[in-house]
Amino acid sequence: MQLFNLALGLLLLMTLGGGIWRALRGPSAADRMLSVQVFGTAAVAVLLLLAQAFGQAALRDVALAFALLAAVTAVAFVRRAWAEEVDCDPE
Amino acid sequence: MILSDYVAAVLLLVGVFFFLAGTVGLVRFPDVYTRLHALTKSDNVGLGFVVMGLAVEAESWFVVGKLLLIWMLVLLAGASVAHLIARGATQRGVRMWTD
Amino acid sequence: MDRLTLVLWIFDSVTGLGLLLLAGWALASPQLFRGIILFVAFSLMMSIAWVRIDAPDVALAEIAIGAGLTGALLLAALSRLGDSEPTQESMNRPIERSYRARTFRSLTASLLAAVAVALVFLILALPGDSEGLGAEVAASLDASGVSSPVTAVLLNFRGYDTLLELLVLLLALLGVWSLGGLPAQPVSPAVLVLDTLARILIPVLLLSSAYLLWAGTHAPGGAFQAGAVLGAAGVLLSLAGWQVRQRYTGVTLRLLLIAGPSLFLAFALYTIVAGQSLLEYPPQRAGVMIVLLEVAATLSIGTTLAALFVAEGPRNKEGQ
Repeated sequence: MQLFNLALGLLLLMTLGGGIWRALRGPSAADRMLSVQVFGTAAVAVLLLLAQAFGQAALRDVALAFALLAAVTAVAFVRRAWAEEVDCDPE
Repeated sequence: MILSDYVAAVLLLVGVFFFLAGTVGLVRFPDVYTRLHALTKSDNVGLGFVVMGLAVEAESWFVVGKLLLIWMLVLLAGASVAHLIARGATQRGVRMWTD
Repeated sequence: MDRLTLVLWIFDSVTGLGLLLLAGWALASPQLFRGIILFVAFSLMMSIAWVRIDAPDVALAEIAIGAGLTGALLLAALSRLGDSEPTQESMNRPIERSYRARTFRSLTASLLAAVAVALVFLILALPGDSEGLGAEVAASLDASGVSSPVTAVLLNFRGYDTLLELLVLLLALLGVWSLGGLPAQPVSPAVLVLDTLARILIPVLLLSSAYLLWAGTHAPGGAFQAGAVLGAAGVLLSLAGWQVRQRYTGVTLRLLLIAGPSLFLAFALYTIVAGQSLLEYPPQRAGVMIVLLEVAATLSIGTTLAALFVAEGPRNKEGQ
């Protein structure tokens, strides 16, 4: 199971590439924020898989800490840093 | 491998499948609203199945509780943030994709 | 090479490559907002890398402070860069490339390159078979008052490092305040979903902060991680539009800010007066002293981070 968990963690790590692509491409600020949100959830999953594979309970605390703070950055974006977007048409 | 290993493996695979599907949606969908739809699938269902798969293999109920807590927190954050972003995008006049 | 080693090797290569690419993109980004988003992604990746080199303590700090709070702080700073109302222009402001800016950038770049070269040289100069100080820490762990080696190093053996870190954080806030702070944010209308999120999340944040503080005595955790989670609670409250009553933003706020550093200094003085060297706790009381320090430091770190996010100037007297 250790190998299986690690392989899945690797697969998730590679799907993060898609998230990064969207963060680079945009076009709107909201798209970039979304991509970092999905990046964070995948990182939580990777940390949990690693915790199981290596039997390191402390990694679940790392995942917990991020799960707690996941909303803060996005809320700061929505409430403070989101400018008007009128020129971002759908692709 | 015993039975619980197979159950865990299937659940984990389903979870990773939803993560993949979410990422494909994030890359391929045409506007913010549809991408939000894709994102919440990987947040909620993907992580949910991964957590369930890991819970089957967990060494104690304490670990199961912590895994569930992490999932609940991500659910809470994901749902609220998706709502706030969709609401903000509508208010700021980000147009929807129509075709 | 068996399959496990191969998977781990690929995993580490992807992480390392991802880190380099993310760092490069974040630095070279023409838009500040994109740079911030990539920096948050970099922090997440970095924390996975810390896990892989067996440093869960650092991973915890990186994810709580780097990915969690710094992103929010940078976004708040970005929103203050433009006029009072951030516009598309200030969000996508291209980085200035005047002659002075270019000189400054090349100076910074050469300084960083020099540091990088020095670091590479130092790493190559390290004896390859060095065992580090791990054995010595383990040998004196009994006298440190805690059972987590990392906490023992941070708060006992090298306590003055942590003291200086607390002072740096305080200094950052004093820097913001000495510029007069920033005008208060206009109160945005309350949003029901955000209000509900804060109501559910704040108690969980407070409880988790206490849990991380407690975990620090025997496992990864401790004052900085707990303080970051506490600070996040303050940031979320401020974003949801809740305001601290004016009577608490005078002396009370200042007392909270200096609780950690001053307790540290008091202990430092006490150990000197008692005839020991700086911050050398008596072994039988070390446990209690470290717990007191951690509690005070958590309160101060959380308050400082939240105050940095709000960034309004302090009040001179109670309620003024």
